[in-house]
Amino acid sequence: MTTTETTRVSSWRLLARNPVTAISAAVLLAVVVVAVFANLIAPHGINDVDVPDALQPPSGGHWFGTDELGRDVLSRVLVATQASMRIAVVSVAFAVVVGVTVGVLAGYRGGWLDTVLMRVVDVMFAFPVLLLALAVVAILGPGVTTTILAIGIVYTPIFARVARASTLGVRTEPYVAVSRAMGTPEHVILRRHILPNIAGPLIVQTSLSLAFAILSEAALSFLGLGIQPPQPSLGRMIFDSQGFVTMAWWMAVFPGAAIVVIVLAFNLLGDGLRDVLDPKQRTIAEARRAQR
Amino acid sequence: MSAPTVLTHPIARFVARRVLYSLIVLVGVTVVVFALVHLVPGDPVRIALGTRYSPEAYETLRSASGLDRPIVTQFFGYVGSALTGDLGVSFRNGDPVTVTLMERLPATLSLGLAGIVIALAIALPAGTYSALREGRLSDAIVRVTSQFGVSVPDFWMGILLIALFSTTLGWLPTSGYRPLFSDPGGWLRHIILPALTVGVVAAAIMTRYVRAAVLEVAAMSYVRTARSKGLPPRVVTFRHTVRNALVPILTITGIQLATLLGGVIVVEVVFAWPGLGRLVYNSVAARDYPVIQGAVLLIAVLFLAINLLVDVLYAVVDPRIRLA
Repeated sequence: MTTTETTRVSSWRLLARNPVTAISAAVLLAVVVVAVFANLIAPHGINDVDVPDALQPPSGGHWFGTDELGRDVLSRVLVATQASMRIAVVSVAFAVVVGVTVGVLAGYRGGWLDTVLMRVVDVMFAFPVLLLALAVVAILGPGVTTTILAIGIVYTPIFARVARASTLGVRTEPYVAVSRAMGTPEHVILRRHILPNIAGPLIVQTSLSLAFAILSEAALSFLGLGIQPPQPSLGRMIFDSQGFVTMAWWMAVFPGAAIVVIVLAFNLLGDGLRDVLDPKQRTIAEARRAQR
Repeated sequence: MSAPTVLTHPIARFVARRVLYSLIVLVGVTVVVFALVHLVPGDPVRIALGTRYSPEAYETLRSASGLDRPIVTQFFGYVGSALTGDLGVSFRNGDPVTVTLMERLPATLSLGLAGIVIALAIALPAGTYSALREGRLSDAIVRVTSQFGVSVPDFWMGILLIALFSTTLGWLPTSGYRPLFSDPGGWLRHIILPALTVGVVAAAIMTRYVRAAVLEVAAMSYVRTARSKGLPPRVVTFRHTVRNALVPILTITGIQLATLLGGVIVVEVVFAWPGLGRLVYNSVAARDYPVIQGAVLLIAVLFLAINLLVDVLYAVVDPRIRLA
């Protein structure tokens, strides 16, 4: 390890230098490609029932085996991954847009607006994630749209808090004060000075939230409240495998492994990004390295 | 000497401020829980009753749930009743919601506590070890393992544990619950797998916090002083580092316990564990809104109470917090 550098290296080189982060990014890229082209890659139809061929172990014809109705597990995992990724991305995008807007406004304006918005965020934090999601499903009924909304609402307060905390740090910087003194309109200051300077922690949070969104979607689908059959979902495939685990382990193992791989990659990428993009964390790391 | 007043005063002020803050959040929580049934598109009573019901049944349920009154009256009625422990009756079977919740609470509490004990038993040694070997291979292994643990869906792990220890080896029951006081042996045999499922995932999260807490303390000047004055490494590690790291660890343990109480829904479903989580799940499926409202309110109150308790304990232990 090189610990003697005194100059600051670029963020991207720091990122690429961490092998775990680089591998995670590569895995995620592969997952995205697979998800986008899932319907083309899938070797069989997701609902091609073939009862005589039911519960077959992994083989050349069915790499991940078949389920209790003889459907190809690999094809279903691929298509379910696509659905999971889509729900995770859309719901986290919702949380980012709403949460960052709320957080930046609260942090930049301060005063009563800050107090009111942050108390609302505190109230949302008083509900455990899955419980809040279940409450949303209880209101709107199960389905994909509800799942997206539920996960989006649940993760909004996190982004609001991160954005507010970062904005508070940036708003008193001299360049913001100068810009304000020059009469720059507020929306321009927010867009040109605040947002780019709070992006680091938000990108880190996005990666970590995508990981948890995948887990939340899987949990809701497991409970039968998310993606509805005949559309396959990773969570529901695991639910359906319960009665067959001992005679058809592949029915439980492959969908679960798909979830673990995606979530682990998002988590590790988030961690790697934090080392690079979160200046506070980087300062601590650099200070510690300098001590040695 | 005025030392006692100086000591107690800031704590009392801090506690008062925290209690007031929790009450404000609690009011917000009550509004959300109350709003839940009113946000349902359509008539919740009709949805709950399904397709076949008599007009009498409809009217009875509607007036019993108070939904025929003006909304403001309903809200204050709900808050007033909730304060006296009356959370209404179930749409499904007419049972008082409070009684149902109290029947389910012990199962969830015992699962949450058992899970936290397992989590601490893993996270304390693993996190400390990882921090003390920062940057080495063993640290990396612990970190990646804990990331792996965070990434595993709890319900998947539960199913795999059942497949291994119950169905294949036959060592433990696949599901179910026995009350602790009437059948301690049965309780223990039934709780091991669900608690392990909950505990391992929580341990993965807590290991990271324990590691961070120990690392932070290890960078303090008094630890360097202790080391430079020639104290044995074991003394420096346990008396100076780990002991001081216990304060932030206490906080994360409290938060984790609070999270577990509301987060064990899926694990309770997998293990047919008759706790609050499974109650919420069954009630969502049955559209039993009073029970959903009651359970969500109870879990949120528990969450707030545990957080308040942790904050107060933290302030008592660490004077810097209450002075900030």
